[in-house]
Amino acid sequence: MADRIDKETVNHVAELAKLSLTEDQLPYFTGQLDSIMDLVDTLSEVDTDGVEPTYSVTDQINVMREDVAQNWGERDALLNNAPEVADGLIRVPTIIDESED
Amino acid sequence: MNYFDKDITSIHQALVNGDITAEALTKQTLDNIKASDSDINAFINLDEDGAIKTAQAIDKNGIDPDNVLSGIPVAIKDNILTNGFTTTAASKMLENFKPIFDATVMKKLNAKQTITVGKTNMDEFAMGGSTENSAFKKTHNPWNLSKVPGGSSGGSAASVAAGQIIFALGSDTGGSIRQPAAYNGIVGLKPTYGRVSRWGLIAFGSSLDQIGPLTRNVLDNALVLNAIAGHDEHDLTSSDKEVPDYTATIKDGVKGLKIALPKEYLAEGIDQSVKDAILKAAETYKQLGATVEEVSLPHTKYGVAAYYILASSEASSNLQRFDGIRYGYRSPEAKNLEEVYVKSRSEGFGDEVKRRIMLGTFSLSAGAFDAYFQKAAKVRTLMLNDFKNVFKDYDLILGPTAPTTAFGIGEDISDPVTMYLNDAMTIPVNLAGLPAMSIPAGFSDGLPIGMQLIGRPFDEATIYKAGYAFEQNTDFHKETPKVGGDK
Repeated sequence: MADRIDKETVNHVAELAKLSLTEDQLPYFTGQLDSIMDLVDTLSEVDTDGVEPTYSVTDQINVMREDVAQNWGERDALLNNAPEVADGLIRVPTIIDESED
Repeated sequence: MNYFDKDITSIHQALVNGDITAEALTKQTLDNIKASDSDINAFINLDEDGAIKTAQAIDKNGIDPDNVLSGIPVAIKDNILTNGFTTTAASKMLENFKPIFDATVMKKLNAKQTITVGKTNMDEFAMGGSTENSAFKKTHNPWNLSKVPGGSSGGSAASVAAGQIIFALGSDTGGSIRQPAAYNGIVGLKPTYGRVSRWGLIAFGSSLDQIGPLTRNVLDNALVLNAIAGHDEHDLTSSDKEVPDYTATIKDGVKGLKIALPKEYLAEGIDQSVKDAILKAAETYKQLGATVEEVSLPHTKYGVAAYYILASSEASSNLQRFDGIRYGYRSPEAKNLEEVYVKSRSEGFGDEVKRRIMLGTFSLSAGAFDAYFQKAAKVRTLMLNDFKNVFKDYDLILGPTAPTTAFGIGEDISDPVTMYLNDAMTIPVNLAGLPAMSIPAGFSDGLPIGMQLIGRPFDEATIYKAGYAFEQNTDFHKETPKVGGDK
């Protein structure tokens, strides 16, 4: 169906998924994903010409509701889950790392 | 508290009669868990203080004689949000995460005055079939401690099987309630997609996930489904179909019921002992007045492949939210925004989660979308049609839950493909959104064999009726494992 999974593909996919793989992990995941693709490629045997895809099996179609904001009043509890907080706000590292310029 | 010789109704009666208080029951349950959990490792976190306080409040107000769940302790899979109590999904990513609201199923159980004693171990983000993918501990099968409890709801299933608790909740995306129920010799139901709200269930594959009960018998299972089923405005895929009383027809028997036995479910790769147990179950049903006939579900063998593309694609999207910013793990090494994302995710997720995120990301990527994601979604349609064709003529489908009994800890984990093929008979049910239940149907080498009953959409009542009839005419559910209980 498609080319075999190689290290380059795995690195590209990891980058898209915001994951980084170490030198050791790259061949390990490449081998495993390649054997998973062997399994997945069996789907090419199935004739799906003219078959509509199914994305969900819910019996609820286009449920509408009013777009109304709800105040949960849980600001402190929410902030308690943040990794780093300063002055009632979530703190993050420098967004633009100027040292790289 | 020895839960082995009790059920929800008998415990309820003891509470109503005042033979035991909810507080004493809760303390005994916690003692019982602590006594056996060094062997089993079913729990990630116990909420001793919270459970005892809840029990005291229930005792103060009095047990409601009309509410069978009033004062009954429960264990909850750790991917179901419990307000203010740590919920980890067995991931380092959420090791210290305290939800700020209850999942809808928790709201419903709390309204029924159940007592949550703790959160159970699972495969990280519910990805796996052995509970070995937990970031925190490995759960052991109470029937044989060197075996896995199955997964991903392995902690919930092992806890119920070991008599630590009378019921637990799990979640099922590709078999994660039914397969551990089978491996542990208990009853586990995956409801119809949309029957139980997914609000507050940490999302894995949103078109497949369902929460359901794990119990020691069929009637208890129906009592729990009665409490958790129903429409929820927070989950717009939850159905507004009326929820029947699932116990109303449970004792009606199977006379005249038409049961289908798919030949693909007894094909190569299924252990002989499992096949024998299912064929024997078919004979039992015939003796009870049902008809059992062989049918075909021709696309069965493609289910695992279609599932791993679709579930992983949904997971790769759902797990994007773990970015190290608002909650969850943040790498201490992160120096800029990109590193917050990449290092936090790379250090916070385990290998199986990374595998599935990458498989999903690949399947959705430019160039692969039509060949993989769209192809799998079309195969899903064909599998759905297979089931629709069988249900034109039959009321139920009977088969094994898993191809083997529980495998050894460490046996399959290095080979994801072998691990995935264990789910070949549970996965098609999720792809089609159908209800299905695993119940005990035999033993092989001292390990339980599970039988799966699959029903029409929203026809859990027929599954329960057939499960109850089987249970009343067999003794498999009366066996108890060596570890656990009050002995």
